[in-house]
Amino acid sequence: MSDVLIRLENIVKSYGPDLDPAVDNLDLEVQRGEVLVLVGPSGCGKSTTLRLINRLIEPTSGRIVIDGEDVTDVNPSELRRKIGYVIQQVGLFPHRTIAENIATVPNLLGWKKKDIATRVDELLELVSMDPDTYRDRYPKELSGGQAQRVGVARALAADPDVLLMDEPFGAIDPITRDRLQNEFLRLQSEVKKTIVFVTHDIDEAIKMGNRIAILREGSEIAQLDTPEAILAHPADEFVESFLGSGAILKGLTLKKVSDTELHQVPILTAPVMREEALKELQESPDQVGLLLDSNGRPLRWIDERALNRTSQPIEKSGRPVTVDLQPEDTLQDALTVMLQSSAGMACVTDRRGKYLGCTTIESLAKLIMSDGQG
Amino acid sequence: MDFLIGLFEFALSRQGRVFGAVAEHTWYVASVLVSAAFIAVVTGVLTRKNQLAKELSLSVASVFLTIPSLALFVIFIPLVGLGFVPSFIALLLYSLLPILRNTITGLDGIDTGVLESAKGMGLSPIQVLTRVQLPLAWPVILAGVRVSSMLIVGLAALATLVAGGGLGDFIKDGLARLPLPNSLESIWLGTLLCLILAVIIDLILQALRVATISKGIR
Repeated sequence: MSDVLIRLENIVKSYGPDLDPAVDNLDLEVQRGEVLVLVGPSGCGKSTTLRLINRLIEPTSGRIVIDGEDVTDVNPSELRRKIGYVIQQVGLFPHRTIAENIATVPNLLGWKKKDIATRVDELLELVSMDPDTYRDRYPKELSGGQAQRVGVARALAADPDVLLMDEPFGAIDPITRDRLQNEFLRLQSEVKKTIVFVTHDIDEAIKMGNRIAILREGSEIAQLDTPEAILAHPADEFVESFLGSGAILKGLTLKKVSDTELHQVPILTAPVMREEALKELQESPDQVGLLLDSNGRPLRWIDERALNRTSQPIEKSGRPVTVDLQPEDTLQDALTVMLQSSAGMACVTDRRGKYLGCTTIESLAKLIMSDGQG
Repeated sequence: MDFLIGLFEFALSRQGRVFGAVAEHTWYVASVLVSAAFIAVVTGVLTRKNQLAKELSLSVASVFLTIPSLALFVIFIPLVGLGFVPSFIALLLYSLLPILRNTITGLDGIDTGVLESAKGMGLSPIQVLTRVQLPLAWPVILAGVRVSSMLIVGLAALATLVAGGGLGDFIKDGLARLPLPNSLESIWLGTLLCLILAVIIDLILQALRVATISKGIR
């Protein structure tokens, strides 16, 4: 698997003999199929580094090797057609329709008209936009989130092996950004591109990256490792301060609900008699039980007090289960649900909504503790 | 009312001359606009990456506009003689500035993100120019062409000074014969035809605008 697709060797980019170089003797390897995130404070040279790969910036010295071929001296325009490029400002051509925008690189490469039309529709589907609705629209008719979807589709048009993304979600509101990030991760699991992703947002880096390179001034790599390893063992003070407080909380986005041990609370299956329910709850160490419907889907949290307080049917006592988790949700989601839930725990269901167990604060703490020791 | 009827009769009795003058005037506007647009756009494109060259070309075009129009038509006579050519040169020099200025503004005003993505996708410099920069600057360039066209319709009336023909002939004749009969009619006829021509040319340019500018940037 350790197949290097992009290699930067001794790259120096200097803008003048009196200035500190923007990139100072950088060596970097990007594995095939991984998302490598370059993250660092502004002015650290992360964007410069990205733009060196498709030679929008020419290195002062050093070598760039992509897929075994030295591309330091090839025709830059031809090189760029083989590399997808997504930027924060998106940069769609306002005078071209969405379809024409997406078709830019296939057109440059001289694809047949029919192939291009098919590919455009395919890509619009891929980024969850209805081809019939959007094909003939112009960029000014799109929202920021939609524009960036088209930006990603356009970058993927000629099926490049490499995708460079420069703060692609930086100018998008937090809610849409979150959705685009999730969509991007789903997309990447389908297309499996080699992606170099620049951001200044460490949370985004942790969420998106298979590996993260934390850069400091002069594009010097402070630490290059998986998000888990960086969170658990920051290399130095710079990395630690860049991660900021709450590294543990950030780590929760990396873990899934399925990583924890599920806790089993007393289960009542509707329809159930009140006395039976009371007996069940009293026998259990837990304060609270869960009422399931006949298909095993969680309905309500039931505790003794709720049962004693009213004479209402059991289906109407206690509190409703509003949100449930699935095994592939992150522990951060789990924590949010737990904090909101009246029971202090969250119930986990399978894809069809059938009850599997509960996550508790204790099981979460246990996982974090065992991680800290390892 | 009598005057209008007199004007109408005056025009009808000289149909041949009227058509000739309108044709000459229209030819001035058309040939000058096309040449000026070509020169100004090429200059704007060639100087687009050099701030100094940009300023310099704008200064030169501005200087042309400050030469008194009465003189500009005449000073080329020693070089090119009388008639169409000195008038053409004078009008050309006048019409450069609006188009050049708008070409430069239009090219400068393109979103940097659009240029960055164009380059990043692998468009060559020429392709960036022809497929992105010029189409996006075109509405602004065309607005400059419209300003120049109005300028030329009015100024082309001066071509008569160097025996260049056009609608100015009627105005000059009228002025020379004031206050004899039909002199005022002659001046009015020349002026009104200029106005009508200006309106028609503006309509044509408006149609060109609709036809050539992408719906995405209208």
